[in-house]
Amino acid sequence: MKNQQPIVQISNLFFTYPTSTIPALKNINLTINEGEYVSILGLNGSGKTSLLLTLNGIIPNMIMGEMEGMVVVDGKNTDDYPVREMAKVVGMVFDNPEFQLSQMTVAEEIALGLENLGIPYKDMHNTIHQVLEIVGLEGLEERSPFSLSGGQQQRLSIASALAMRPKILVMDEPTSNVDPIGKEEIFRVAEQLNREHGMTVIMAEHEVEVMAAYSDRIIVMSNGEIILNGTPTEVFGQVNTLNQMGLRVPQVTELACRLDQKRIVPFYGQYPVTLEQADAALRAELGCRKV
Amino acid sequence: MANGLIRCENLWHIYKTGKVVALQDINLTIQAQEILGVIGQNGSGKTTLVKHFNGLLKPTSGRVIVGGVDTARKKVQELSSQVGYVFQNPNHQLFARTVEEELEFGPRNLKLSDEEVIERREKAIEFFNLNPYRKLHPYRLSFPVRKLVGMASIYTMQPAVFILDEPTTGQDHVTTRIVYRLIERLREDGFTVICVSHDMILLAEVVDRILVMRNARLIADATPREVFADLQLMHSTHITPPQITELSLRLRESTLQKVCLSVKEMVETIQDVMSGSRPTQSFNN
Repeated sequence: MKNQQPIVQISNLFFTYPTSTIPALKNINLTINEGEYVSILGLNGSGKTSLLLTLNGIIPNMIMGEMEGMVVVDGKNTDDYPVREMAKVVGMVFDNPEFQLSQMTVAEEIALGLENLGIPYKDMHNTIHQVLEIVGLEGLEERSPFSLSGGQQQRLSIASALAMRPKILVMDEPTSNVDPIGKEEIFRVAEQLNREHGMTVIMAEHEVEVMAAYSDRIIVMSNGEIILNGTPTEVFGQVNTLNQMGLRVPQVTELACRLDQKRIVPFYGQYPVTLEQADAALRAELGCRKV
Repeated sequence: MANGLIRCENLWHIYKTGKVVALQDINLTIQAQEILGVIGQNGSGKTTLVKHFNGLLKPTSGRVIVGGVDTARKKVQELSSQVGYVFQNPNHQLFARTVEEELEFGPRNLKLSDEEVIERREKAIEFFNLNPYRKLHPYRLSFPVRKLVGMASIYTMQPAVFILDEPTTGQDHVTTRIVYRLIERLREDGFTVICVSHDMILLAEVVDRILVMRNARLIADATPREVFADLQLMHSTHITPPQITELSLRLRESTLQKVCLSVKEMVETIQDVMSGSRPTQSFNN
């Protein structure tokens, strides 16, 4: 069951970086409910990262610029709270794990955030153990973060974020620098946190096939604006709009769209977005043709 | 060349630090004008293998022959005009103060005339859509654009062999399409391309042959259709074929007979089935 409480409320948000005259974010209005898994799709430079940075107040409190409108996360207006306070609500994971890691051991990496919160040393041990277990890195406490694989490093970044007990996990292209095993691991952890722990997950990604399989909702950005906002079926159904923006849809959706448009197989405007949906739909259609 | 453009004979590579066996007894031949993909998880030996092709690494034992010459007897500089290597991380490759300078460096090194240098530079700028960035410092560019500059700088040298290491990592759908076009253009112009990648959709659509690496060994060397249809191989390497290939494999159990590598191919295959020009497979035959 999804909680219908809004945890993120953004209204009439505009933001312009100090080095630019063109707004990086334009007229953003967005509500995200607690427990949702939301993916953000857009070309590089479309505003995905800027939007994510407003969620924990890095924009406008650390990266200053011209901001209009309001960002309220878990009832807190980000304008009024320092980033270290927002970090207890919003955990952030970026695309390059190496930039986020600094400590000698895996355990210290997680302890770093806890120290900043002023958590006593004796209480840290449990938390460290717990979050490493969630991301599947238990037993690696004493390893150097730099000896881990890309996928493991990224899961360590997730564990560090989880140690702060945030309500929202925000990830900016977390799988762009890891191999297929690493990708699988990261998506699995994100899904598990969402499904089993009810955590709100907000992730910018390019992998549309994975996005369609996991997300409750997909937001499409272009030139700093939200262009589409809906379920994977609603959003990826807009094949032509997305293609015109230079974006891809899942291969099975593109297939259905072309089969429909060429009148080879009718889909009546409802395209499959996952492998399972496409399999079922085509099996039914092609099955009829069996001799 | 009957013996192939690149040949590995009993190639072993053992890294001195930590004595890690990175390549174990690799034997393969690559013909001129082949478009080839190399897949496997990180640490499986992919990058170590292709770094032998331009002499960045030398075999611990065995031989690597490029253009008929043993790489052990050649310097990287001598090989680099023949075999261009586009690094996964463009920061390891770029050093000039502007994109233009970066794109002039290779051709100047090849001792081309000023006119030819400019011509090569402009061709690369046009192909990779770099015009807005030409006067900028490469480090001021976003990572994906910097990667395109890395590819463009090798493109200006026009080496016979292009090695692309993870060309689509960190790219969005538009810049990924530039990589597709690059490989297609290189194919038309008769170059040899070796593409190390985790991007199975890219490989399924553009390469003719795939090398599969696992734990320092070459465990498969076949066409993309054969590789992606081999479920056991896919499973053992934790690699997922393109979604469209997975769909065609699932439908093959009941209705379709063809393993499809692209959406276009799947549309055509289904069209054939629906129009009845090709018999569908029934459970009885």
